[in-house]
Amino acid sequence: MKTKVLMAILAVVIAGLIAVPWIASYFYVFIFTEILILGLFAASFNLIFGYTGMLSFGHAAFFGIGAYATALVLIHLEWPFLACLLVSMGASALLALMIGFLSVRLNEVYFAMLTLAFGMMVFAIAYQWRSVTNGSDGLAGFTLGSFGLGLDLTLANPSVYYHVVLGIVAIAAIVLYVICRSSFGMILKAIRQNPERVSFAGLNVRTYRLVAFVIAGIFAGLAGGLIAPFLRVASPELLHWSMSAEPILMAILGGTGFFLGPFIGSAAFVLLETWITTYTESWMLVLGIILALMVIFFRKGLLGTAIDWWMEVKK
Amino acid sequence: MSGIGAALLNSLDIGLLLFIIAVGLNIVFGVLNIINFAHGALYMLGAYLAFTLINIAGMPFGAALILAPIGVAILAVIIDRVLLRFIYSRDVADSLLLTFAILLIINESVRMIWGSGIHVVQPPDLLSGSVSLLGSSVATYSLFVIVIGLLLLAGLWYLFNRTRVGRIMRAAALDRDMAEALCINTRMVVTGVFAFGAWLAAVGGVMAAPMRALDPGMGDKIIIESFIVVVIGGLGSFPGALLGAIILGLIHGFGGRYLPEVNLLLPFVGMALVLLFKPNGIMGKGANA
Repeated sequence: MKTKVLMAILAVVIAGLIAVPWIASYFYVFIFTEILILGLFAASFNLIFGYTGMLSFGHAAFFGIGAYATALVLIHLEWPFLACLLVSMGASALLALMIGFLSVRLNEVYFAMLTLAFGMMVFAIAYQWRSVTNGSDGLAGFTLGSFGLGLDLTLANPSVYYHVVLGIVAIAAIVLYVICRSSFGMILKAIRQNPERVSFAGLNVRTYRLVAFVIAGIFAGLAGGLIAPFLRVASPELLHWSMSAEPILMAILGGTGFFLGPFIGSAAFVLLETWITTYTESWMLVLGIILALMVIFFRKGLLGTAIDWWMEVKK
Repeated sequence: MSGIGAALLNSLDIGLLLFIIAVGLNIVFGVLNIINFAHGALYMLGAYLAFTLINIAGMPFGAALILAPIGVAILAVIIDRVLLRFIYSRDVADSLLLTFAILLIINESVRMIWGSGIHVVQPPDLLSGSVSLLGSSVATYSLFVIVIGLLLLAGLWYLFNRTRVGRIMRAAALDRDMAEALCINTRMVVTGVFAFGAWLAAVGGVMAAPMRALDPGMGDKIIIESFIVVVIGGLGSFPGALLGAIILGLIHGFGGRYLPEVNLLLPFVGMALVLLFKPNGIMGKGANA
């Protein structure tokens, strides 16, 4: 019964998402594109935070390098879009392997500091290496050519791009879900709850943490590859720690204990941002206050709090 | 030779300034077991308060050096009593998240109050000249920073090793339950230590104000530097903070002079090297996952 209701809700949501360009204005097509991309970014973050218990403050490094990789390939090689995304995923995997190797060995406090510091190192590189990254202005002026796989799509059309993003994010979300539900995902959960016990069971906690970190990096890189053509620019802001704060807030807003939590958090975040920035410039202040309140009072997020409330009512 | 002398002195003033800030981070971690992400924001607040006291209220630099850190320490008491008290008994991730939220709030508040432009604080007349030392001319203010840094270093050492207050802080760091059993009011110790850490950050901020331009990103830069310092030296270690700060000071002092094009990257390279060979920092103990 419960799963049936859930499946029905999910089907309605997916149908609604597919129909967005036909029923809503371009403004909302852009909003929903952003929600989907940032949702994937947040879901990749939640694989290491919600599932494995590693709080990274440098996840934007992988998102940003994905955006830069796609931008660079489009500018210099003019490859099809799918190939660009593969390059983005490869680049972020490599970066995640390097940062992860140095960071996952130590405890939570160290991990938080190191991911933040290395994340800002990548930001500093993008900022300073003008000849490749064009410094603070970022890379712009690239155009999407073909999609790849022989499909004939006009990616420059926002509605078409929205459907492409929807398809790719859906596939990526399914893959992430399968990973979370696999025995590998179960081990990650066990590591969050009791790393000592997992290591007594004969598993190498460090390796599992590193693999989870790299997988999260790959999906963040994919999200980055999707955001560059959407924003039409790959700039250092995508690598800054304020960008790393966004998936953290989205995951907590939606609920870190649920697979779909980050996507719901992303929707709440983007809608809230659009609404609040029409009133005030100080979005970061609002963001900080919301984060503080969520952490203190609603640690389970919107989804978790709603489910708790529902259980309470049913009793 | 004179180049090396100047670089050395330069390294020393950067290093001691970093030490003041990083040791505050370390003390708070030692007793409260949380890493305060807002530490850099409190440093920035110290600098901006000094700017207001000196350039707007017309106070002398010395008065700002005393008043601004006290103001920041009072704010820290409020932060502790209003926000942090909720999460002391919770998972460490919650404390990281909450101090990160406080960082966002302070950063944006500074931007709203003082604007995103650059502000400049002049050093006091007495310290604005330069003197000849080791065959090169050195800003008097640099020497002032070095002297104050050394005084604070000695003062902190004395506080922790020779006074009752220091022993209480160390006891609370070692075992809070045991300290409580010995009739120590650990709640007050926790608030006091958090305020003391904020005071140190703000002292660093006021001292840095005449050396660097004030902008809303200055706190972000310093928190990353402080993280690098404590990672290199070892989290929670007092001599480690000094060693890490001096190493980072040397990297800045010499790197800025001889390798300007990769200057921004050198601290991270240094940190990565330490992590490869001594993952817990040069003076740190067990922090393995």
